[in-house]
Amino acid sequence: MSLAYDLTQVSMPEDVTSEMLTRIDEICAAHRGKPGALIPVLQKCQEVVGYLPVPVQERIADKLGVPGHEVYGVTTFYSFFSMEPRGRHVIRVCMGTACYVRGGKEVLERLERHLNTPVDTTTEDRRFTLEQVRCLGACGVAPVVVADLDTHRKVMADKIVELVENYE
Amino acid sequence: MSQISINDLAEIQQRSQQAQALRHGQAGVGTQRMHLLVCGGTGCQAAGSIAVIDALRAEIAKQGLEEEVAVVETGCNGFCALGPVMVTYPEGIFYVNLEETDVAELVESHCMGGEPVERLLYKDPGTKKRIPHMRDIPFFALQRLIALKNRSMLDAESIDEYIGQGGYQGMAKALKQMSPEDIVAEVKKSGLRGRGGAGFPTGMKWEFCQKATGDTKFVLCNADEGDPGAFMDRSILEADPHAVVEGMVIAAKAIGSHFGYVYCRAEYPLAVHRLQLAIDQAKEYGLLGDDILGTGFSFDLQIYQGAGAFVCGEETALMRSIEGKRGMPRPRPPFPAQAGLWNKPTILNNVETWANIPQIISNGGDWYASIGTERSKGTKVFALTGHVNNIGLVEVPMGTPLRTIIYDIGEGIPKKHRKFKAVQLGGPSGGCIPEEHLDTICDYEAIVKAGAIMGSGGMIVMDDSTCMVDMARFFMDFVQDESCGKCTPCREGTRRMLQILERITEGKGEPEDIDTLEELAEMIQEASLCGLGQTGPNPVLSTLRYFRDEYMAHVVDKKCPARSCVALLEFKVDVDKCKKCGLCFKNCPVDAIAWKKKEPAVIDLDKCIKCKTCIENCKYDAIY
Ligand SMILES: Cc1cc2nc3c(=O)[nH]c(=O)nc-3n(C[C@H](O)[C@H](O)[C@H](O)COP(=O)(O)O)c2cc1C
Ligand code: SF4
Ligand code: SF4
Ligand code: SF4
Ligand code: FES
Ligand code: FES
Repeated sequence: MSLAYDLTQVSMPEDVTSEMLTRIDEICAAHRGKPGALIPVLQKCQEVVGYLPVPVQERIADKLGVPGHEVYGVTTFYSFFSMEPRGRHVIRVCMGTACYVRGGKEVLERLERHLNTPVDTTTEDRRFTLEQVRCLGACGVAPVVVADLDTHRKVMADKIVELVENYE
Repeated sequence: MSQISINDLAEIQQRSQQAQALRHGQAGVGTQRMHLLVCGGTGCQAAGSIAVIDALRAEIAKQGLEEEVAVVETGCNGFCALGPVMVTYPEGIFYVNLEETDVAELVESHCMGGEPVERLLYKDPGTKKRIPHMRDIPFFALQRLIALKNRSMLDAESIDEYIGQGGYQGMAKALKQMSPEDIVAEVKKSGLRGRGGAGFPTGMKWEFCQKATGDTKFVLCNADEGDPGAFMDRSILEADPHAVVEGMVIAAKAIGSHFGYVYCRAEYPLAVHRLQLAIDQAKEYGLLGDDILGTGFSFDLQIYQGAGAFVCGEETALMRSIEGKRGMPRPRPPFPAQAGLWNKPTILNNVETWANIPQIISNGGDWYASIGTERSKGTKVFALTGHVNNIGLVEVPMGTPLRTIIYDIGEGIPKKHRKFKAVQLGGPSGGCIPEEHLDTICDYEAIVKAGAIMGSGGMIVMDDSTCMVDMARFFMDFVQDESCGKCTPCREGTRRMLQILERITEGKGEPEDIDTLEELAEMIQEASLCGLGQTGPNPVLSTLRYFRDEYMAHVVDKKCPARSCVALLEFKVDVDKCKKCGLCFKNCPVDAIAWKKKEPAVIDLDKCIKCKTCIENCKYDAIY
């Protein structure tokens, strides 16, 4: 068990409701004992809660019957999993090669300035989480920005401010 | 319908082939006289193609044409930059940039009046002429489709349409008529090499696994598509998912496996959705599951979604990830063919590799080997992007010169005042090829000789506004970020290389930095455990090989010749070069530029946010 893990032991955050915990328990019960189940379980639980704070990881470890450090190790290894709460809207700016050479970096810089928050953080009002991703497989319409589930294509720096303002 | 037999398969094929005959320019069945195939791939969906499809269906119903005109949603057509795109059959007319508001006119003029809508046809960027037929458009005319054979030809969500195009015939042949040894022999004969990057001969890989002892074996598909700038795997899964399923069943028979996984990136929801539908439909027909086609052979397939780690594209890491662990590579041997997933003999192939298999079995290995060069057979799909007119997916025979792809299919560099600088192949493991080597042909060995790798097919064209030192920094940032940290040379070495490159792009580089970069690169290549570290320094080495002067300009003169590195720009207007056009003034987002007619522009450095918009807009390179 790593030191970082011990130090972050805290109680269940308030925004994790008892309904969410019930869902988590159900998901774990459905996968318990199956080989290779941990990653799909974490994906499903993150969908339920929005993120994976350590107490939620503990709960999953307990219900799946796997060691806590293993859950922590997997959660921190994969970039898809977040241990911080996220904003109401997640804005993901593609920084893959095709988008980068067509102005993706300028888009990201403009957003950081506009939202006054650096990449990979959430605004104070929790309205936006700003992330960069490495290629969304839509390189043919670069530069690409995904806001929640909407893919926006050919987003030049000039248009991005207007675009995100549509997300309350 | 449940559990179909070989005869049923033939029957479905015949029925569906007739229903699709229009798309091959032949008269179809029944009263249908027109098929409108609208792209529903990711790029076109982002451009609003679903709304266009809905509007088309509504308008066709309104006009009472449902019996005559069919609207079909396809996967990626390849020409994503012009989306939403549509092909109409039997004519083969290609429409671009469609909007909902175009639909009424389209239906009235094209479907009812027989007159194509001129303004929505493809316009050639060179001649500015409209070209109505898909077959005459240079972007399509020079391609040869095998892996992308069914793109914009069928409804990706219909197994019957796939069967109608000859689908599952390769599998039927493999299961009914061929022994495992025959299958391996055919694939070996084809000369197919893995399309995921390394180019390992596919037949040989299968043979190792076939000979491995064990009652449980696995067949895996690598749909992790890590190279940022490549999207062929996504397109294949979205446009023709059954081809991958069929390929995997054939391999399963060859090695004696009964279970497989497709490892797909979490960033590809539409691909996962279509593949899952394909798997479900195949199961319903008994083309997956127990006793396939009544042959006694069983194979089942499941999707496993990745969780965002580039290194999981590496074969041993991918297998660990499916096992539910941290996806770290392990040393080989043992090779996965002997001990792979859960230590069982396993084969892993890339999506594009899989998509070639059904046709190799149907048409024979000799057919496939007749295309290409001495050591690189068949075709390769490239994702042509960057500073090029025609952006999209292109499939060409091996042996095609890079120049043909960039200038004939891609139709060159879009901005008139810009020049071609280099093309990047192979992503973070690859390199840049400059103008003087553009006659290099698509061939694994020839591309390596020119300083890059075939890779998975990302092909990014860069004009002279791209800084090569910054590109090297970009890829090093990627590699450093994605290094799993298991071995020190990769973890620490890439961090040091990145720091040096950052310093250079910030104007703080020193002459000895270049030697240090080269020393570190060599050390990382030699001492790293997996391909990520072993090939990670390549983008730096290849830019050093061809663009050393540009590094020197940053280090010695503190200048970025491409005017890209912000720290090395002054944001001043050179009055001698300024042609007083005012374009910079009009586009500055913060009104930091003063300009009047017949006067040179002046930038207010207190207001300027260094966004470089003016530099991109100035045709005369007057801002430095
Ligand atoms: C760091 C790293 C990342 C890789 N990513 C991918 C990938 O995203 N997709 C892929 O098909 N192969 C990838 N590969 C190559 C695979 O390890 C493997 O060679 C390939 O999937 C085998 O299939 P093929 O023979 O059909 O190409 C990667 C290799 C390395 C070292
Ligand atoms: S080379 Fe890099 S990515 Fe590969 S195992 Fe070593 S640290 Fe991990
Ligand atoms: S860099 Fe951007 S802000 Fe500065 S003058 Fe140019 S356009 Fe205006
Ligand atoms: S765009 Fe260039 S040429 Fe035109 S006014 Fe600005 S600096 Fe001068
Ligand atoms: S590089 Fe941005 S979508 Fe591929
Ligand atoms: S997504 Fe429509 S052409 Fe590629």
